[in-house]
Amino acid sequence: MTSKTSVSLRNLTRAFGATRALDGMSLDIEPGEFVALLGPSGCGKTTALRVVAGFETADSGEVLVGGDDVSPVPAAKRDMGMVFQSYSLFPNMNVADNVGFGLRMRKKSAAERRAKAAELLEMVGLADRARQYPHQLSGGQQQRVALARALAIQPRVLLLDEPLSALDAKVRQQLRDQIRELQQRLGITTLFVTHDQEEALSMADRVGVMRDGKLEQVAAPDELYASPATEFVAEFVGTMNRLPGDLADGAVTVLKGTTVPAAGDGVADGPVDALVRPESLAVEPSGDRNGTVAARTFLGAVTRVTVTLDGGTDVRVDLPSTSAGDLTTGAGVRVTLPGTRVLVAPRRS
Amino acid sequence: MAAIARKPGRKSFPAWRWVILLLAAVYFLIPLYGAFQFTGVSAFGQVITTDGFGSSLWLSVRLALVTTAITLVLMVPTTIYVHLRLPKVRRVMESVTILPIVIPPIVLIIGLLQIAPPALAGTPYMLALEYVVLAMPFAYRSIDAGLRSMDLKTLTEASNSLGAGWLATLRRVVLPNLTTALLSATVLTVALVLGEYAMASLDLTTTFPVWIVTNDQTSAPVSVAASLLSLFVTWLVLMVIVVIGTRQSRRKGGGEVALFSVLPTSQTMSET
Ligand SMILES: Nc1ncnc2c1ncn2[C@@H]1O[C@H](COP(=O)(O)OP(=O)(O)OP(=O)(O)O)[C@@H](O)[C@H]1O
Ligand SMILES: [Mg+2]
Repeated sequence: MTSKTSVSLRNLTRAFGATRALDGMSLDIEPGEFVALLGPSGCGKTTALRVVAGFETADSGEVLVGGDDVSPVPAAKRDMGMVFQSYSLFPNMNVADNVGFGLRMRKKSAAERRAKAAELLEMVGLADRARQYPHQLSGGQQQRVALARALAIQPRVLLLDEPLSALDAKVRQQLRDQIRELQQRLGITTLFVTHDQEEALSMADRVGVMRDGKLEQVAAPDELYASPATEFVAEFVGTMNRLPGDLADGAVTVLKGTTVPAAGDGVADGPVDALVRPESLAVEPSGDRNGTVAARTFLGAVTRVTVTLDGGTDVRVDLPSTSAGDLTTGAGVRVTLPGTRVLVAPRRS
Repeated sequence: MAAIARKPGRKSFPAWRWVILLLAAVYFLIPLYGAFQFTGVSAFGQVITTDGFGSSLWLSVRLALVTTAITLVLMVPTTIYVHLRLPKVRRVMESVTILPIVIPPIVLIIGLLQIAPPALAGTPYMLALEYVVLAMPFAYRSIDAGLRSMDLKTLTEASNSLGAGWLATLRRVVLPNLTTALLSATVLTVALVLGEYAMASLDLTTTFPVWIVTNDQTSAPVSVAASLLSLFVTWLVLMVIVVIGTRQSRRKGGGEVALFSVLPTSQTMSET
């Protein structure tokens, strides 16, 4: 129903006093793509979204929508649907009027507004709430109405700023699926801001990890997880172990004798940390031990075992719960690294 | 739960509260009763026919309307703008708007006379400008409280993103959610204008309160009857505004209309 639109952020900068909220940020979003911006608090995610929406102006750089620079276009004329973190329904209007508001501003007839509102409320599963006022709805329902309201104008781009963060876990999960499903059905270009990595990884086609006003890496969720480009991404997304090792000739030696190829730019030879996922390590009870089991956590199909290596470093190892039986706390074990390439980073003391 | 809970809906109202309530009632009602004794019933009939009653009352009503209109037109956009764009100026606004209460009225009048358009000099509407200054502390506080009780920034941005310009946002989103606060501001301004004596008499303008005092010298019972009437009518108008305002705002989840603040929206939520 919407013609698909690309969005490009080109080298955006925005400073608030001494704070550089955006510091040369660039991102290309394909038509119909769902991109999540993920990053710690204060890294500039909201600022980026607000620049695209037109609520904030960049100090330099440009935003292209469908190839055109939108900087001279005011927010009201950008045709972007926006869903906010805080509840943003108009308290003086009932649900149907909230959803129809954008069409009203576009001078559509009352009949057309009603029909469109009914269609969208049906889509978000709130058809029976049309006549209620926002204060009569739960938080999750309010955000669904807000989504319907944003979609009612058939926006060129959908912008969502942590729309789920005020909701409890179960509602959040449901809405996650619903938003993704709607986005794919409508094929609408979407930029989604969150600091919740699970949310970003489970919903988006591509995830952009932000830090200090810049994008560190933009990649599909599996790629981001499997081959993080930087130390920051590696540690921010998922769980990561730091194994002390020695780097020489593009290979790193860890765990007293295991040598694997190393990835990572600009790290000098010598003592380094190898960044390894818990599931990339193996652990077994062994007389040829190199560590002691410090703790174990049952996570369902997987059990996470924390091993204190003989050098004093704690590492977390995930293994199928079925084979974790004899790894009791205090047992001497051997941790090995069967994997191939690992990312290395300067040694952190 | 049930073991500790008392009967629902029945709150104990301790005896000392009744005493305070009674003392307050006595303090306020005895003068009224005394006044009523003094006038007798017949004086009420004479009020309307007494010379100057109609014209002074009509002048006060016009002044109340004009003052309210000017106050709202000046204060509403200013306060909204400060909330949205200059949040740091809010502190300053707070202290500036309290000034008319702190500074003696005569000083304000003299200041206003210096800058008022000469065309207004000598007309009763000069008085309206003075009342705007007097009403400012109350009007500002009402509007400020109303704006605080909503998420103004998010609501205006949501409206903007849906294609509404500033005027449409003001008309369709901000003002409808501010009705309670606007009512409060109106009530306070109207009450202030209808009861103000000092400035009007300094200005030699025969407003209703001035008429009551002047008339006192010729026919005291009639004058007292007139003040009782005006008290009653003002009270009635305020009650009607407050009750209707509260009923309307409750329907949309808003708070009670109170004279100095708007209670924050009560979000009753049950997660799905
Ligand atoms: N209007 C503003 N005035 C001053 N500083 C601001 C303003 N908006 C943002 N900042 C600052 O810019 C930086 C980036 O803010 P932004 O809101 O974009 O972060 P964020 O990534 O969305 O964080 P969060 O996850 O907490 O929402 C922060 O340091 C913030 O304090
Ligand atoms: Mg944010």
